[in-house]
Amino acid sequence: MRKFLTVAAAAALCFGLSTTLQAKTLKLAYDADPVSLDPHEQLSGGTLQLSHMLFDPLVRWTKDLGFEPRLAESWTRIDDKTMRFNLRKGVKFHSGNSMTSLDLVWTFDRLKKSPDFKGLFAPFEAMNVIDKNTVDLVTIEPYPLVLHQATYIFAMDSKFYTGFDKNNKSKSAIVKHGDAFASSNASGTGPYTVMSREQGVKVVFNRSASYWDKKSPGNVSEIVLTPIKEGPTRVAALLSGDVDFIAPVPPSDMPRIKKNKNTKLVTMGGTRIITLQLNQNRVKEFKDVRVRQAIVHAINNKGIVKKIMKGFATAAGQQGPKGYAGYKDGLKPRFNLKKAKRLMKEAGLEKGFTVTMMAPNNRYVNDAKIAEAAASMLSKINITVELKTMPKAQYWPAFDERAADIMMIGWHSDTEDSANFSEFLTMTPNTETGYGQYNSGNFANSKVDGLILKSQSMTDPVERSKVLQEVEQILYDEAAFIPLHWQNLAWAARKGIGVEKVVNVMNFPYLGDLVIK
Amino acid sequence: MDYLYFAIKRLLQAVLVMLVISLIGFSIQDNLGDPLRELVGQSVSENEREAMRDRMGLNDPFLTQYGRFMYKAVQGDLGNSYFFKKPALEVIAAKFPATLELVIGATLLIIFFAVPLGVYCAINPKGWFSKFIMAFSIVGISVPVFLTAIFLIYVFAVELGWMPSFGRGDTSDLLGWNSGFLTVDGLVHLVLPSISLASIMMPLFIRLIRSEMMEILEMDYIKFAWAKGLVPVRVWFLHAFKNTLLPVITVGGVQVGTMLAYTILTESVFQWPGMGFLFLEAVNRVDTPLIIAYIIVVGLIFVVTNTFVDLLYTWVNPTVKLVGSR
Repeated sequence: MRKFLTVAAAAALCFGLSTTLQAKTLKLAYDADPVSLDPHEQLSGGTLQLSHMLFDPLVRWTKDLGFEPRLAESWTRIDDKTMRFNLRKGVKFHSGNSMTSLDLVWTFDRLKKSPDFKGLFAPFEAMNVIDKNTVDLVTIEPYPLVLHQATYIFAMDSKFYTGFDKNNKSKSAIVKHGDAFASSNASGTGPYTVMSREQGVKVVFNRSASYWDKKSPGNVSEIVLTPIKEGPTRVAALLSGDVDFIAPVPPSDMPRIKKNKNTKLVTMGGTRIITLQLNQNRVKEFKDVRVRQAIVHAINNKGIVKKIMKGFATAAGQQGPKGYAGYKDGLKPRFNLKKAKRLMKEAGLEKGFTVTMMAPNNRYVNDAKIAEAAASMLSKINITVELKTMPKAQYWPAFDERAADIMMIGWHSDTEDSANFSEFLTMTPNTETGYGQYNSGNFANSKVDGLILKSQSMTDPVERSKVLQEVEQILYDEAAFIPLHWQNLAWAARKGIGVEKVVNVMNFPYLGDLVIK
Repeated sequence: MDYLYFAIKRLLQAVLVMLVISLIGFSIQDNLGDPLRELVGQSVSENEREAMRDRMGLNDPFLTQYGRFMYKAVQGDLGNSYFFKKPALEVIAAKFPATLELVIGATLLIIFFAVPLGVYCAINPKGWFSKFIMAFSIVGISVPVFLTAIFLIYVFAVELGWMPSFGRGDTSDLLGWNSGFLTVDGLVHLVLPSISLASIMMPLFIRLIRSEMMEILEMDYIKFAWAKGLVPVRVWFLHAFKNTLLPVITVGGVQVGTMLAYTILTESVFQWPGMGFLFLEAVNRVDTPLIIAYIIVVGLIFVVTNTFVDLLYTWVNPTVKLVGSR
């Protein structure tokens, strides 16, 4: 039956081809579909993936972590605190309105109001209109990450989002739950528009006829995004040809995809670090740097990458991955059981002690298995671990309470910059400033705090990089946390779909530029 | 009169059961996790989250929250889903047809296969085919449904390429009912999920029909029928099978509820856009209003089917005394 249908479809396609030569459809399956069409509602990978389809940012990341112009044609630094962006002319929103500097300022002001994004934009004072096609982005202090942040400024159609909807609510309101205009309507400048959307079932996108980027090689006229939650089902859908492109790919299915003659696997080193934190407030032994070092030396993270992650990760010795400003070459994984035992002996703890540990079981790739492996590795230095794993929904409240002596946390830097790791994971926890929000280890080092604060206003990249490398060195020497690995990224597609050209380490494929042969 | 008394009594019981379900559903929600975590990005500050929790009324005392919930619930409003941003009941109603069609598909398979197989096993209890069916049904009972489902996907979708691997396919509008029954694509998509779901109940029904029928075949009136020299087909189907059906219908009615529970697994493997999958997703996202609404809706389905089966049973077989009748 199916074969017959395929033949029928192919025949239909042949007839169709004669009239519309360019019509290409991409059937895409992610593990979830976007929560909202509002780019400012939730700061998440899914939202950014969608934003790159419906909207365009001022600048965007290139594959090698540089920047390329999008809605901003060019930019120049005016002074320490001001960056001037010259906007592309003649760009139209999906509604037909022309994009001007007013739209950018409107978007910027809305970002400052979004609960999820306002933290990222706290260093910025304002965006000012210079003329119709020029804006100035002004920071409060000299700030090194202006362009990094400009990748988050996706121009929204201010005229489209102004006014009141059928419930007499403002069209621009950012609403987390409840029916808001911006959650289900969108007008951007991006390559695609939403044709239809049934949440949790499918979203259909059509290529915008008036897309400004005529140089884009992209030839996909329609994208059908289906969320497929279960990894094995997602893989089966790809192998059987029901979908063309899937992400994420479960590591255990990768050999199968590579072997299949119709599919291919694209992988890339990722930027999300997985770590364990040792709570010094709960366990007095963890205050001793020798004990922390012993634990770091006892954990064979290369072994975890090989056995549990099936090689689908990069063992880590520091927070930020290679390519980030703070990455320091010499900081390697340190597995050395002999040294670990010696350090425990030096600390007078060769008999060991008992601690509790918690980890999620559905948040990171193989999280529960990694935690089990780490626990059994610690038993080699006589540290008995009582491990509890739980679904992420229950794990985060437990993490907020610092409910165990060792807790697992993974982190991806929203700014694609090293300082962000420390700001959340290793700076001294401070509820006033919000620093160290996810530092469940309560590691506190005033030098680290000082260096990170200093780096925030350094605009010379070389000097700044030195400061951030010094931070990594201190964290390494102090064994502030246990680095495990950076999760790799993987996408799988049917042959002939040029995904390798459009995927990137941030995991938002630029589908507008996707070419299907 | 007995019927009226019985019906009123059952109705009151049903209301009480629903109240208890709502209370249990509502009181477990604090243990499901923090909904705010799923609503905001990871880098949002604790203060910001706390402020939102306040605005959403999640910091109010339990009784205040429950009171507010019940006040709205009696007006037919079970709250808005956090994820879908729509009334929870509306969301569930939109997914209901998919689940019901899956249950119907599985039920049809069970009727068309379990009945003849069960009857055959009862008539030829010693035959090799009967033994094979019995052995196979033990395997069927012990293999978990998600394993059956994944096995079916790999054989029929990936390796052979005969069947689609996931989803519901094309649906068409049938008097406001979003149905997959009317398109070829929709029916093709229904096959594997229906088989998976049916695989749990099928062995049970084969065994039930077999043992009931074997018992009946030993009864005196059947022996009389044989003695009268009636043709076997007449004895088996007119005399024996008719009486076998009674307990089968009863068990079947009750099992529809159990089947609904199994749709959660089947639907999540096949990415079937029904209520069961919706529920699992809601649990993952800590979408508490949707979780509670689902529990209440499914509770209601259970109560209604059980009441209905009770009434049907007493009507079909008047020798059974109504519960509570004098």
